[in-house]
Amino acid sequence: MNFDYSDDQKFLKDEARKFLAAQCDSDRVRAVLDDPGTAYDAALWKAVGAQGWLGAAIPEEFGGLGLGHIELCAIAEELGRACAPIPFASTVYFVAEALMLYGSDAQKVKWLPRIAAGDVIGAFATSEGAGPVTARSIRTTVSGGTLTGEKIPVTDGDVADLIVVLARDGLYLVEKGAGVAAEVLETLDPTRSAARLTFTDAPCERLGTDDGIIAMQAVFDRAAVLLAFEQLGGADRCLEMAKGYALDRYAFGRQIGGYQAIKHKLADMYVKTELARSNAYYGAWALNADAAELPLAAATARVAASDAYWFASKENIQTHGGMGFTWESDCHLYYRRSRQLALVAGAPAAWRERLVGQLEMRNAA
Amino acid sequence: MDFKDSDDEATYRAEARAWLDTNIAEHEAGHYPDDMTKAKAWQARKAAGGYACITWPREWGGGGGTPIESVIFGQEEAHHAVDGSYFTIGLGMCVPTVMAYADDATKTRFVGPAVRGDEIWSQLFSEPAGGSDVAAIRTRAVRDGDDWVVNGQKVWTSGAHYSDYGIVLVRTNPDVPKHQGLTMFWLDLKAPGIEIRPIHQMSGGSNFNEVWFTDVRIPDAQRLGPVDGGWKVALFTLMNERLAIGTGGGVGPEDILAFAAQANGADGPLLKDAAFRQQLADWWVQSEGLRNTRMRTITALSKGEVPGPESSIGKIVAANQLQAIGNTAVEAGDQYGIIADPALTPLKGAFHAATMWAPGLRIAGGTDEILKNIIAERVLGLPGEMRVDKDQAFRDLPVGA
Repeated sequence: MNFDYSDDQKFLKDEARKFLAAQCDSDRVRAVLDDPGTAYDAALWKAVGAQGWLGAAIPEEFGGLGLGHIELCAIAEELGRACAPIPFASTVYFVAEALMLYGSDAQKVKWLPRIAAGDVIGAFATSEGAGPVTARSIRTTVSGGTLTGEKIPVTDGDVADLIVVLARDGLYLVEKGAGVAAEVLETLDPTRSAARLTFTDAPCERLGTDDGIIAMQAVFDRAAVLLAFEQLGGADRCLEMAKGYALDRYAFGRQIGGYQAIKHKLADMYVKTELARSNAYYGAWALNADAAELPLAAATARVAASDAYWFASKENIQTHGGMGFTWESDCHLYYRRSRQLALVAGAPAAWRERLVGQLEMRNAA
Repeated sequence: MDFKDSDDEATYRAEARAWLDTNIAEHEAGHYPDDMTKAKAWQARKAAGGYACITWPREWGGGGGTPIESVIFGQEEAHHAVDGSYFTIGLGMCVPTVMAYADDATKTRFVGPAVRGDEIWSQLFSEPAGGSDVAAIRTRAVRDGDDWVVNGQKVWTSGAHYSDYGIVLVRTNPDVPKHQGLTMFWLDLKAPGIEIRPIHQMSGGSNFNEVWFTDVRIPDAQRLGPVDGGWKVALFTLMNERLAIGTGGGVGPEDILAFAAQANGADGPLLKDAAFRQQLADWWVQSEGLRNTRMRTITALSKGEVPGPESSIGKIVAANQLQAIGNTAVEAGDQYGIIADPALTPLKGAFHAATMWAPGLRIAGGTDEILKNIIAERVLGLPGEMRVDKDQAFRDLPVGA
């Protein structure tokens, strides 16, 4: 038993933090936020690709670094802390994971090296409207090798080269081009773009043989662990910001961090964040070991991380007072990102339901 | 990160499991006049097998093992209904303090019997005017020849009524600021002048006591650490407390899950109620978070590192969850929840008992509020409370009720 990053993984994480501190400060995040015409930071995307991060968990035979998922978790934690405005999650946590899980050798050979090299942006298209994605909510169909339907919202759908689409009977690969139309949507977190994708007889290729919802959930389970690390990094950063402000700001003749109302608020943030960290670590182990516990561990990690990030991001604003409500304060970057990450693989309520379902199945076995 | 046992760990687990299978059977076949005698017999059996105080050196009666081995044995032992609660405070807090501060003769006399469960220890810190503010201790010790004469009162002393020995923090100098005039001793709880009165708790039970001191003589040879240097010793003891208390026991998510599967909800079993399921998921997430946090602590220990502050979050989370789970099951009974008779209530009254015990757990060993202060100050580095007592002699401090 060993429940921590290894020394090598800690080194990788430190290097990632230094790299992002230099390449992704809040001015860079804000450049994407303030320009509706910019979907993501293309220079950062290129630089991250050059670091090899996109292929951290992709085997060497498919052009990746073949490090493993714990290393990818360490990188994710730092990307979350930096609020990186790039399509990393869509491409790596969803599409590369879907390919590694369900892809044929030919599909893996074709796509994984290009993903690892940063030449392909991916998107995972499941939702078709408000409410959880269920077997009944999917209208997208495939016939004669082409796919037809509408997906909304698709994170990074406006910039994706390769889209993994959930149709009624399973997952399909669709390339940008003929039969695919994208309409950019206004999002709660403009540092992450999203689109309505309309597929009209778009050429497609089946990915795996699992039934649609089962396949989607299998990809979600893997993405949930990786997203939990981004959420954890964001929550950590919010606690740091709140702590820094509580020490710098004086009211009634002393630091506001000396008042119990603030101290206890920050202690609550710390407790939620540590629980989220511990659960994320367990999820990382389950993901990396491909353990049977993954569905329950992923749900546990996701619920804890979503809760911790939401709490830390909203109470960070509260700690900053009026200043925290301004556009110029960075507080809202994290508040916005906490919403994006909590919803992109399905909302916390759906994951709580899934968690209890897993407990019932386990106890029935 | 690896949650599977290494080869050595798997071997240790298999040995522990085999030992437990044999020894539990033999233990359960015995006849005992009361619960404490039975608990002592089990502790002695573990000590003989090298499974008591697993991480302590063999020369002191421990198992000479690693923190991970201690965890593994704990996991395996938890599958059996044995009671180690009588020894938690003594072996978790008091005896480690004795081992750190007493001379070899004292250690030789006391450590072995404590490990074997022959003798039980209590911790006597809290006082009527010194609960959250532990250093506000008034129990007075005055030097008289080779002895100290002690007068005053301790309170909330867990298990004093069945304990043999204790460690006690007393005021030896009231003319200096409060933290600078305290001294720690070990003492015989059967000594003349000590009166132990169990406290009748709101839960109905009596786990805690008042301990009154009237001209109790404690030899100076029983001092732990320097005269007026007791606060540092107390911090050593309390540092161990954070690790010892942690989870708190009682009902958890698995218990209420099993209950809800057969309990009536408004429309079918409670377990099918959407709101209940959302709550249950959050409890599971908290419990798993604590379990996994404990694994992080053990990992740090096993690498020879000092455990991080993450170990301080356990009791806040566990105590509040216990209260919520207990009360949710009580309320699930609708009007029937009013009934507290264990013969008529779910899980033999365990949820009702948790509801009535949880308020105590939220206070014992540091209130929720004090623990949050500790996290804010020691972990996050926020300013300490405004203090009017810092530079004043203890005797000049204002006192209230």
